Amino acid sequence: MKIEILGMGCANCNKLYENALEAVKLSGKEVEVAKVEDIKKIMGYGVLSTPALVIDGVVKVAGKIPKVEEIKGWIK
Amino acid sequence: MLKKFAAYVVFNLFDLEPGTHLGEAINFFIYDTMKVFILLIVIIFFVAIIRSYFPPERTRRILSRKRQYLGNGLAGLLGIVTPFCSCSAVPLFIGFVESGVPLGVTFSFLISSPMINEVALVLLLGLFGLKIALLYVGTGLLVSIIAGIAIGKLRMEKYVQDYIYQMKVGSAEIPQQKFREKIVYARDYTKDLLKRIWPYVLIGIGVGGFIHGYVPSDFLVKYAGPDNPFAVPVAVLIGVPLYSNAAGTIPIVQALMGKGMPIGTVLAFMMAVTALSFPEAVILKNVLKMRLLLIFFGIVAAAIVAVGYLFNAIL
Repeated sequence: MKIEILGMGCANCNKLYENALEAVKLSGKEVEVAKVEDIKKIMGYGVLSTPALVIDGVVKVAGKIPKVEEIKGWIK
Repeated sequence: MLKKFAAYVVFNLFDLEPGTHLGEAINFFIYDTMKVFILLIVIIFFVAIIRSYFPPERTRRILSRKRQYLGNGLAGLLGIVTPFCSCSAVPLFIGFVESGVPLGVTFSFLISSPMINEVALVLLLGLFGLKIALLYVGTGLLVSIIAGIAIGKLRMEKYVQDYIYQMKVGSAEIPQQKFREKIVYARDYTKDLLKRIWPYVLIGIGVGGFIHGYVPSDFLVKYAGPDNPFAVPVAVLIGVPLYSNAAGTIPIVQALMGKGMPIGTVLAFMMAVTALSFPEAVILKNVLKMRLLLIFFGIVAAAIVAVGYLFNAIL
């Protein structure tokens, strides 16, 4: 399983990245969390508002920062 | 009721004399603080719910079928309700242009979105009244439409960074929230936003209360009053490089108006600060060639100056 955080390095993107790391830690699972800052890759997902969170290639949320609990719920 | 409560607190609990400068200033401060924060909570909450129905992906779909004029007007209006953060400007711009939204229409959106929002509306409404709030929204919209049409007419398509036209935009379905989730989201959003802006709002109200009670006012009038024909362009030139959201400008706006600067000049300053900024130029440089970037700033600044003169003339 892989979580990607889309965003070109704004404050909100870092916040989301930290929330995702925290959620993974709490879940105790082996999950890779990666930042995607390349605009070509971001656009490839069809996301217009950042930050966005993608799990295994599926956009879960765009343009807002989900809470740690919410992200944890998505980790299977 | 709020007025009575504020007066009770100040004159009975604090035991200050009505009619004194200190008493009046504190009374004004407490009353305005309650009024503005109640308005902010209610309006931010409802706007957050409305906004959840207009994610940028949907706005793009609506605009991609539109031509000039109608498209510019619609883009300006959608800019008000579509959530926007300057860090999203690049993906948004690329997504719009790639899906066939005309360049001028895209710019109308990019201008209105940061400039007109619920926080600006509430603060202007609470502190300066309905007329000024509506004037700000109306003319902000006008600026976004006129500037967008002008850029459309200039056929600037070749001054967009070349790579944008080679971009492949995916078509992910962004999951929609259920109504219950929207309510929770709106509640959290309201809390977060208030947490960020409350110091500015308090300072803004405090500055207003202080001036209300103390400053007789005339300092700025001498330099930037109605008699100085260059006051509007100078205010806009100062405002353009500065960056702040609407809430951050309110203390300055309060101070300027309290000291007698005319409303058109003040609103022009506020628009210049919120619509254009140096950091925004840096972000937009990713998608625009220098020439279009300069033209964009030039046209928007000119439109804001025109609006400033218009206000000063009719009010």
